[in-house]
Amino acid sequence: MSGGGGHGTQTAPHEPVFVGETRAELDRLFTQYPTKQACLLPALWMVQQARGWISDPAISEVAQVLGLTPAYVKGVVTFYTMYHTHPVGRHFIQVCTTTPCNICGAEDVVKAMLRETGCGELGATSPDGRFTVIEVECLGACGFATPILIDDDFIESVTPEKVSGILQRYP
Amino acid sequence: MGYPHPSHPKETPILSRHFGEPEARSFDGWVRRGGYEGLRKALGMSREEIIEQVKASGLRGRGGAGFPTGLKWSFMPKEVTRPHYMVCNADESEPGTFKDREIMRWTPHQLIEGCAIASYAIGAERCYIYIRGEFTDPWQIMSRAVAEAYAKGALGNNVFGSGTRIDMVLHRGAGAYICGEETAMLNSIEGRRGNPRIKPPYPPVAGVFGMPTTINNVETLAAVPHILVRGADWYKGLCLGNPKSTGTKLISICGHVQRPGNYEVTMGTPLKEILYDLAGGPPPGRTFKAVIPGGSSVPIMTRAEAEEALFDYEGIVAKGSMLGSAGMIVMDDSTDMVYQIWRLARFYAHESCAQCTQCREGTAWTTRVLERILSGKGKQDDFQLLLDLSDNMTGKTICVLSDSCAAPVVSGIQKFREEFEAYMEGAREPAMAVV
Repeated sequence: MSGGGGHGTQTAPHEPVFVGETRAELDRLFTQYPTKQACLLPALWMVQQARGWISDPAISEVAQVLGLTPAYVKGVVTFYTMYHTHPVGRHFIQVCTTTPCNICGAEDVVKAMLRETGCGELGATSPDGRFTVIEVECLGACGFATPILIDDDFIESVTPEKVSGILQRYP
Repeated sequence: MGYPHPSHPKETPILSRHFGEPEARSFDGWVRRGGYEGLRKALGMSREEIIEQVKASGLRGRGGAGFPTGLKWSFMPKEVTRPHYMVCNADESEPGTFKDREIMRWTPHQLIEGCAIASYAIGAERCYIYIRGEFTDPWQIMSRAVAEAYAKGALGNNVFGSGTRIDMVLHRGAGAYICGEETAMLNSIEGRRGNPRIKPPYPPVAGVFGMPTTINNVETLAAVPHILVRGADWYKGLCLGNPKSTGTKLISICGHVQRPGNYEVTMGTPLKEILYDLAGGPPPGRTFKAVIPGGSSVPIMTRAEAEEALFDYEGIVAKGSMLGSAGMIVMDDSTDMVYQIWRLARFYAHESCAQCTQCREGTAWTTRVLERILSGKGKQDDFQLLLDLSDNMTGKTICVLSDSCAAPVVSGIQKFREEFEAYMEGAREPAMAVV
């Protein structure tokens, strides 16, 4: 697969992800499933952990280590919403706006997030590269409206007033 | 207990008894609370005896479908001639539902013990616990607990010296509501897109990796150790008069109530008591308008229907809805029902795996028609259009995702028609720009 990807952001040559400790971790995973293909979701998580997003060359590498085709891997990557297929801000913010949170004011939390981060619109990265904000469907913490995820930090009961204080913790 | 609130006298906390106690998360802390007695007892029983006991308890699947658990286990082949697998569905994503998250966050060993007993009962080579990708805290807590269970001999090649091998692997989802559908989950474990499978074959015949598989919800499995320790009769005896709905149920209550949280009640408790006594009723100065009692996929109940219902599988059906996952979304008189039904439709349109035409097109078209109504451009004909779309989405697809989209739309039109008409007639300001 040629470099570049849909967004034209990939210019440097691809440094393999599955070397050293990461490769050893993948080999450990192989013992937990009867097929290598079953390690696809975990392998994609490892790529995203290491690189922040999953580029086309990374997709090719995953395909190669698991014995799959890049087209197949891309089909799986794009099915799941948590895998990033283009670079995102240093901190990735997901605000739940599904019905239970929606009736408790989640859309106001989104507005405050977009304003305070400087992102302006959903899915866009702030000019300083610090934040990307998206709406997410039900985070499964409906009794703690509005829950948000910042990177791997799950934060409950967020209100518009709390937004700027929370963001200060993410330089 | 009503975590994050103190336990209420009308609760029967069994699964939730130790929510909020960080010490219960450790292996030793769990053992001090009586943990792993169920697994020890199970290891001294035959597979058939365990399945019979779970059958006799009347335990039904707590993920939403309410299928008898012991019966499900009995569908697995008696002889283990090829690998059997146990899968625990911890992909809790049904809007309004947040109970499994608390079980994993506070009592990870309760779930591990239930999974271990089930694995033994069905002769599983391995148990996969599929945890949704967004559940970062439960993932960390469960990872530590599984490692500790191996270290303490509750999992591994020789569980508690019995010679039985039980293995457990956590598998992380990556953001897809549909992976909570059990066959989509199997595909996801196999490293595929989360498309639900055509059934039959059912999982006990050909499940994950094509092998006999049993899939149970977190809450279902968490109840199993208690049944083993205290007996099927005890569990059955917890219900209030309806022998088809036994035991306790965790209810997640959210939305417009004073004390949102998880409450554990015996089946058959009047829903009105749950709404007012446990959850504290509506915010000051407001009244309830609607309740979606079983996660977002079930028909909407009016306040009157909800207040007359008994809380068990049959009691909710008698009042026109379903118990589902018992994730209860409560809406007060400030709620714009049309807007919220649109928001639900948008959820299903976003989450459709797009395999089936009726779902892929139907959820999207439903969303767009509702947007037209919300923008003030709706017409009376749109009622019939929405009902036709819903009819096409009900009972015609591989899984029930599109049925779930239809449920709030059809019940919403039946019960809150005047709110739609207010938009159509210009009596209400448009809630969104013209699309």
